[in-house]
Amino acid sequence: MWIGVPKELAAGEKRVATVPDVVEKLVKLGFSVAVESGAGDAANFADDTYRAAGAEVVPSAADLWSRADIVFKVRPPTADEVAQLREGATLIGFVWPAQNPELMAQLQARKATALAIDCLPRQLSRAQKMDALTSMAGISGYRAVIEAANAFGRFFNGQITAAGKVPPAKVFIAGAGVAGLAAIGTAANLGAIVRANDTRAEVADQVKSLGGEFVKVDYEEEGSGGGGYARVMSEGFQAAQRAMYAQQAKDADIIITTALIPGKPAPRLITAEMVQTMKPGSVIVDMAAEQGGNCELTVPGEAVVRHGVTIVGYTDLASRLAKQSSTLYSTNLLRLTEELCKTKDGQINVNFEDDAIRGLTVVKDGAVTWPAPPPMLPPAPPAKPAAAAAAPKAPAHGHGPGEPMSAKSLAIVFAVGAVLFWLVGAYAPASFLQHFTVFVLACFVGYMVVWNVTPSLHTPLMSVTNAISSIIAIGALVQIAPPLDAAGAADRPNTLILVMAVVALVLTAVNMFGGFAVTRRMLAMFRK
Amino acid sequence: MSESLATFAYIGATILFILSLGGLSNPETARRGNLFGMLGMAIAVLATVFGPRVTLGGIGYIVAALVVGGAIGLYAARKVQMTQMPELVALMHSLVGLAACLVGFASYVDTSLKLEGAEKVIHEVEVYVGILIGAVTFSGSIVAFGKLSGKIGGKPLLLPARHLLNLAALLVVIWFGRQFIAAPDVASGMTPLIVMTVIALLFGIHMVMAIGGADMPVVVSMLNSYSGWAAAATGFMLSNDLLIVTGALVGSSGAILSYIMCRAMNRNFISVIAGGFGGGAPAPKAAGGAAEPQGEVQPVSAAETAELLREAKSVIIVPGYGMAVAQAQHTVYEITKLLREKGVNVRFAIHPVAGRMPGHMNVLLAEAKVPYDIVMEMDEINEDFPDADVSMVIGANDIVNPAAQDDPSSPIAGMPVLEVWKARTSIVMKRSMASGYAGVDNPLFYKDNNRMLFGDAKKMLDEVLGALKG
Repeated sequence: MWIGVPKELAAGEKRVATVPDVVEKLVKLGFSVAVESGAGDAANFADDTYRAAGAEVVPSAADLWSRADIVFKVRPPTADEVAQLREGATLIGFVWPAQNPELMAQLQARKATALAIDCLPRQLSRAQKMDALTSMAGISGYRAVIEAANAFGRFFNGQITAAGKVPPAKVFIAGAGVAGLAAIGTAANLGAIVRANDTRAEVADQVKSLGGEFVKVDYEEEGSGGGGYARVMSEGFQAAQRAMYAQQAKDADIIITTALIPGKPAPRLITAEMVQTMKPGSVIVDMAAEQGGNCELTVPGEAVVRHGVTIVGYTDLASRLAKQSSTLYSTNLLRLTEELCKTKDGQINVNFEDDAIRGLTVVKDGAVTWPAPPPMLPPAPPAKPAAAAAAPKAPAHGHGPGEPMSAKSLAIVFAVGAVLFWLVGAYAPASFLQHFTVFVLACFVGYMVVWNVTPSLHTPLMSVTNAISSIIAIGALVQIAPPLDAAGAADRPNTLILVMAVVALVLTAVNMFGGFAVTRRMLAMFRK
Repeated sequence: MSESLATFAYIGATILFILSLGGLSNPETARRGNLFGMLGMAIAVLATVFGPRVTLGGIGYIVAALVVGGAIGLYAARKVQMTQMPELVALMHSLVGLAACLVGFASYVDTSLKLEGAEKVIHEVEVYVGILIGAVTFSGSIVAFGKLSGKIGGKPLLLPARHLLNLAALLVVIWFGRQFIAAPDVASGMTPLIVMTVIALLFGIHMVMAIGGADMPVVVSMLNSYSGWAAAATGFMLSNDLLIVTGALVGSSGAILSYIMCRAMNRNFISVIAGGFGGGAPAPKAAGGAAEPQGEVQPVSAAETAELLREAKSVIIVPGYGMAVAQAQHTVYEITKLLREKGVNVRFAIHPVAGRMPGHMNVLLAEAKVPYDIVMEMDEINEDFPDADVSMVIGANDIVNPAAQDDPSSPIAGMPVLEVWKARTSIVMKRSMASGYAGVDNPLFYKDNNRMLFGDAKKMLDEVLGALKG
């Protein structure tokens, strides 16, 4: 099948959906690749490099669209582009079906199949390799810090120089999603003091791991909205949050906002008053500009100066790092293609059995399949069930320490035990019963004690129990020379017993000394 | 020492033994646990020797026996290689079994005990059962020793109608038991007793012969349990509570260990004992044609392995019996140390039945000075594989076989396995493409993200280490 890579038409868009390295791998998967002439120019991939990688460079867009069975795009296609799409062809790229109903209708009319990379079920760990939203957000977060540094008139890191002391810049990052975390890491690496906030308390550790400090909102509420996204918070929380932001605005030199809630306009976190309280020369980078902005004064797509504060509202941060973002994006598409083409024969199979592919597919052969049913989510916390699923236990295999026996098997055990005890009690003499009691209790003690032994010590446990079992030496000891009364001593085969007992004693002594010594040797090796 | 003082000492010894087992729950307290064990044993032996049941005339024999046996034991403990621990433990179990037999016979021929009626019957049953367990432990342990040390092949020996044979042996033993109890004097009771002993010895051999190499951890811990029950039976025979308690402690601990091992393999205890799994059952290839692994293996060189390790942030090493055989644990540690110095997060994942006895791998790694806090159990680490860059499997096969999860027709289906294939890249070190002990082909080898490093584990790891240093 032919994969076509047209030049992106959107103004200012520098990315390209496939880079030469990926072309090579697509060819290996059995596809033929056609690239529009000049498609990679803005991202510094020349036509020749595509040719060298095995692609055919097609001079006109019309030619490309008419030939391609599969089209790789970055931005959603324009109406003109869709009109050129071959009937029954497949489109892979960003679609944003909720925002682009006309596009969806057009794709339907062309009997196309569309895989929207933005609709990927991101919570599937298998899907991470295809997650273009994440890879683009990471780049945007990095670029946001660079843009801020560009507009900011000072160093990020603190320095003490002969020319005087420079304080480190204070960066506050609102929202610790992928973009926020990338921004935290980048700013911290530049030497700034980084603080970050998120409504989801569980990201605090991630913030810290990247060198940031997590600022809590002084209000108890959990903000996880499922699937790793944040959700809208209560009024009381929002008031406390506003107070915290006002505080940070006064203190910080740079604010980077990344707060987004899926399907809603971006929350207004930074008001005009807060901007007024900021130090002159400060910078705000509003990464939510496209969805209306987290700051009241943001102008989407532009950098403006308000009250002495530069407010950067670029909506094309990822595209500003075109080479990097094209490389990562095309790798995401390659991974997706590998999933679609498991047979490696250059044919794709849009397999709806696969949760990830089902989620991605918004139109299939002209029928709208969006929104997809939610994939089978691992219930939170996702860690344990996976392990449990891997070890399905047949009921016949009993029970473990943490899992109580089923009532039925417990009843059976008790019933059998009771019958046995009754039999013993009915027929055995008193002296035996006394020993038997001791025996049963000891079994229970052993049972209780041994369950606590950590598996790494199972070998020492065995060798120490083995050593302890040489307690049988006592049996040999009492036979060697017991005090005998005259009657008993008469026909006792003394020599025979003595020989047997001494041999038994030698054997157990080997075991006793050897067992304890070898355990000691082993345990001495266990160290932290 | 008076009778009551001796009893009191026995109670102290019992408590020390319980503390000893309890101490092993944690590596921090384990050394103290072992010390408690020694102390308990010393108290028990001294209290008996100086107690009312031993007269002065016996002291000479006792000291001589202890010195001879103790010297042999200490020598063996010092000389043994850590990789040979399973053999040593099996051999020691056989000693306990043999000692139990001897004590049983001695007790039977001892006519100084005057018992009547039910007490006499019970005593004889105790003697009979004690010798039975002792003999099974003895011969079973010897065979286990042979198998573990490679003197006897690892393949299970499956006699035709082996379950019927075992059943017949049991019936014969019960019938001779009746004869034995009915016998009026020692001389006429001796014949059934000896016949039973021979049958028990054969039964022990047959039982362990039928068990495949992969199930050896279960066997070793099961024999451990038997040696405990043998001691408990001797305790009943001699009316000695200390023996009963200690035997029961050891017996139940061995039984629990066997049970834990069986659960780690998702196997029924009975089916392991009945034998016939590990290696004999041909993988049902013909029936489950779809289960046949597809694709090609991708070999990798030691230098490339070093490259992968160097670029990784997180590495999980899965050791198996192959590491023990090749004595590669020290090289593994050198590599671990080097990688940790470079800031790579290296951890070890231990499957409960890796190796030939419970906890075998932990002991080997401890010997190589690997810190125990980076050695993880299966349940602790299995969910971390997706985050690992490289998982390195050293001489393990069945415990990393994805067929256990994916392929219901596989003989090891349902056995919990380490999910190494979820790491970004997995490297399997193996001598050849031969299948593991369970005789099951491993689809892991054919996965896209898997690389095979063929060769002797020690030699290849040395090369990897050299490449890492270079």
